[in-house]
Amino acid sequence: MIDKFVPSVATALAGVKDGATILVGGFGAVGQPDLLIEGLIEQGAGDLTVVANNAGYGRVGLARLLAAGRVRRLVCSYPRIPGSVIFEDLYRAGRLELELVPQGTLAERLRAAGAGIPAFFTPTGAGTRLVDGKETRRIGTRDYVLEHALHGDVALIEAWQADRWGNLTYRGSSRNFNPVMATAAELTIAQVYHAAPLGALDPEAIVTPGIYVDRIVHHPAGALHA
Amino acid sequence: MREDTLEITARAHAPLSRDQMAARAAADIPEGWYVNLGIGIPTLIANHVPADREVIFQSENGLLGFGPAPAAGELDPFLINAGKQPVTLLNGAALMHQADSFAMIRGRHLDLCVLGAFQVAANGDIANWATSDTDAAPAVGGAMDLALGARRVWVMMEHTTRDGAPRIVSDCSYPLTALGVVSRIYTNLAVIDITPQGLRLVELVDGLTRSELQKVTAAPILA
Repeated sequence: MIDKFVPSVATALAGVKDGATILVGGFGAVGQPDLLIEGLIEQGAGDLTVVANNAGYGRVGLARLLAAGRVRRLVCSYPRIPGSVIFEDLYRAGRLELELVPQGTLAERLRAAGAGIPAFFTPTGAGTRLVDGKETRRIGTRDYVLEHALHGDVALIEAWQADRWGNLTYRGSSRNFNPVMATAAELTIAQVYHAAPLGALDPEAIVTPGIYVDRIVHHPAGALHA
Repeated sequence: MREDTLEITARAHAPLSRDQMAARAAADIPEGWYVNLGIGIPTLIANHVPADREVIFQSENGLLGFGPAPAAGELDPFLINAGKQPVTLLNGAALMHQADSFAMIRGRHLDLCVLGAFQVAANGDIANWATSDTDAAPAVGGAMDLALGARRVWVMMEHTTRDGAPRIVSDCSYPLTALGVVSRIYTNLAVIDITPQGLRLVELVDGLTRSELQKVTAAPILA
């Protein structure tokens, strides 16, 4: 019997290696897998590359992972938000590499990684300093930038419901980067609010089919900062 | 007499408030448009679309058809807009993930995006993500995708910086977000179209002359 639910956060994060690339879902606090991020801090892997839309705020979650010195490199679209003091301090001190990526390019690079597309041309960023050094090509009347797929070793995501096959649904705007990241990593770990019996989720409503999900932690309270 | 004097003084300098700017832009958005509003002043536009006019707002984090902030006690912590403010879903709303949201944006499906900006050039270049090449902690978000993806890009911003420096310029000195994309600018002093010939004045606030506007605009306004 397939059962992707694991009994603990520690089990879920077993085997994450130093130097891994970790995709972290969420947009601000919504859809961010806080329990798994805290678990990753406990697990101890370091020298990480973290791919996330934001860089955390305050001293919890991603910010705490950064503060613990576990992250060498951050791939991010909007690291500076109110309260992102840990990121700002580390970045100014030169203790954190930053690859700043336009948000749509970040999403599409992840999608490409999950879809077997090694690279693609996008108009975003053409002619700006953000794409210095990248190949550009004029196609028709516009300039396009060559961007490469962005793979993860591990994806940490949050979802609303899961069944034991790993099928996932989401709630509201918590979908954001989670379904795309689920497709782009070798090992996808989901924290979910609700465990559903197999067959209880409407196939029409499943956003992430179970093929993309490896381990699930049921965390009824979830974790959602205001 | 005294009232008249006050009236004239007030009329001589009558820049629009942020809400008045938002209302002015909202008046130009027709029913049926799909619109993304950038964070900052543009977000206010949603509050000024007449109730009987259906305009559908998109947000980068996967919302199409979101509505105003929730009433007290009805907040859903799972529903935020790109500015990370709580919102509601209207009847007819749809949800999507980030890659689909940006496919919608980049694929030229939005009729309009209204962005804030630090600077706009007379050729339609926009600079709105960094104020220098050595920004201490830069952030770009969805600005570049929106600026290139929407069918129309309007900018809403104060006409000058706090120090009085023009924000409408011949060449942007700040790092660019996108080249040649802005077609209209709403400021607290004027509405200006960007045309192949240059800046064309559409509207001035009461009490301001064209030559006074030109003094705070660092690119020629067409006669």
